[in-house]
Amino acid sequence: MKKKTDKTEKASRTGPEIDKHSGVETTGHEWDGLKELNNPAPRWWLWIFLLTVIWSIWYWVMYPSWPTLSGHTEGLYGWTQHKQLKEQQAEILQRQQAYLEAFRAMPLDGIAEHEELYRFALAGGASAFKDNCAACHGIDAAGMSHYPNLNDDAWIWGGSLEDIYESIKYGIRSEHNETRYSEMPAFGADGILNRQEILDVTDYVLSLSGLAAENLRGAEIYREQCASCHGMDGRGDRSVGAPDLADAIWLYGSSRDAVYSVIYHSRNGVMPHWDGILSEDRIRQLTLYVHSLGGGE
Amino acid sequence: MLDKHGKIERNSFLLLFLTVIVVSIGGLVEIVPLFRVETTIEKVEGMRPYTPLELAGKSIYIREGCYTCHSQQIRPLRDEVERYGHYSIAAESMYDHPFQWGSKRTGPDLARIGGKYSDDWHVAHMIDPRSVVPESIMPAYAFLARRGARLHDIDRHMRALQRIGVPYTDEMIENAYWDAMTQASNDPYEADALRSRYGDNVNIRDFDGNPNKTTELDALIAYMQVLGTLVDFKTYQEAQ
Repeated sequence: MKKKTDKTEKASRTGPEIDKHSGVETTGHEWDGLKELNNPAPRWWLWIFLLTVIWSIWYWVMYPSWPTLSGHTEGLYGWTQHKQLKEQQAEILQRQQAYLEAFRAMPLDGIAEHEELYRFALAGGASAFKDNCAACHGIDAAGMSHYPNLNDDAWIWGGSLEDIYESIKYGIRSEHNETRYSEMPAFGADGILNRQEILDVTDYVLSLSGLAAENLRGAEIYREQCASCHGMDGRGDRSVGAPDLADAIWLYGSSRDAVYSVIYHSRNGVMPHWDGILSEDRIRQLTLYVHSLGGGE
Repeated sequence: MLDKHGKIERNSFLLLFLTVIVVSIGGLVEIVPLFRVETTIEKVEGMRPYTPLELAGKSIYIREGCYTCHSQQIRPLRDEVERYGHYSIAAESMYDHPFQWGSKRTGPDLARIGGKYSDDWHVAHMIDPRSVVPESIMPAYAFLARRGARLHDIDRHMRALQRIGVPYTDEMIENAYWDAMTQASNDPYEADALRSRYGDNVNIRDFDGNPNKTTELDALIAYMQVLGTLVDFKTYQEAQ
């Protein structure tokens, strides 16, 4: 009722406001003869707008939304991202539960005998390997310069399940208190051997794999300086992580320069420890996976 | 009620008044919580400010725009936690000014890169990323191995951070230069002093394989190796 009175009042004050062609009321504004129609907003648009307003009120009530002085409103659902994460993790754990109990209870060599658990371990190990180990050892575990191939039979610190487990868990020359540790002296940089002596012993080391003629002076230096760790026959010593020098496998290259440089500067490669980064289950899975790659003992 | 807008639009003072009210509500909701932001930072064990060398590394990280491809924020989603480890918490970046959460992952998240790879790997990877990760598209940063780390004014950087609330002590700031040189040394002279200031688990070693010089690569790797390793999650009470 009131609306109508307004309109008639306005009409009497400002003259006709109905557009002749469309029959729609104008706003009464005029620009060089152009007038603006006062169409209402489309209904569908208005309804969607109102629905979003209603939806937002529902959202405020059900989900965490408004800040308060000491935090925020929790919402009736009590939803948080952390809760959601826990639920999802619990669901996966639930699915793995069938294996996990037996997996945890059984020693590593027992799992390797147990078909179902072994498959479970290898699946977990393979995915963890890609995420964590592949950056150095390669996606196919074939290693690269500085990083050993895990598919072959040559092991620096040992290839039994226990050895692999220890290497993964505590690392090699890592920051862990129980890390595997040994240190090869930098024979050149620390002035233990001179240039010629290092060249001789380089030739001797190469000769062990048939890459150079035997060098008698080098052999003598080898016996004095190197044999205590790498063995009289150059077959290495896993208890101190001294690589086999006679197997024609070269971590840092087989050129004369490369071997010379290793003896001069020493290398002492580092593998990080995974204790505290990966779970115990994951480390055991990785152990079995690496062991399965071809060289496991 | 819905057709009253005509009246509001015709009365500029009423329009101004109502606009101010609406904008104020928006402003209050967005701005007031910022004054209470400390209530969202978890109480944790182990968090400390960066050492001078790590701080220099962080500056290089920012200078080279690492954040444009690498995030430093593990979200609380199952697949991310599975891949990267515990989700990031606010306390872990409380001393970062500016924080490096990032919003783009062309490369992997780096929030917990610390301790995951050896220094040797980082050196090889920075000098030629393809040498260790054949499918990598990361640019090479070989020049970092040649440039000396900018440490002559690192104390002033720390002083500035101290002013905005990072708990550097005056002692830390006074010893900043030598602490940085010590941390990058294989044969550290002042290791105990550095540890007494920053804690026993500070990584002290020559990071870049060149003991003769404290390079930008030393600083950057020192920074990488500490990322995500400080908070002791054994004592951390998870948020609900």
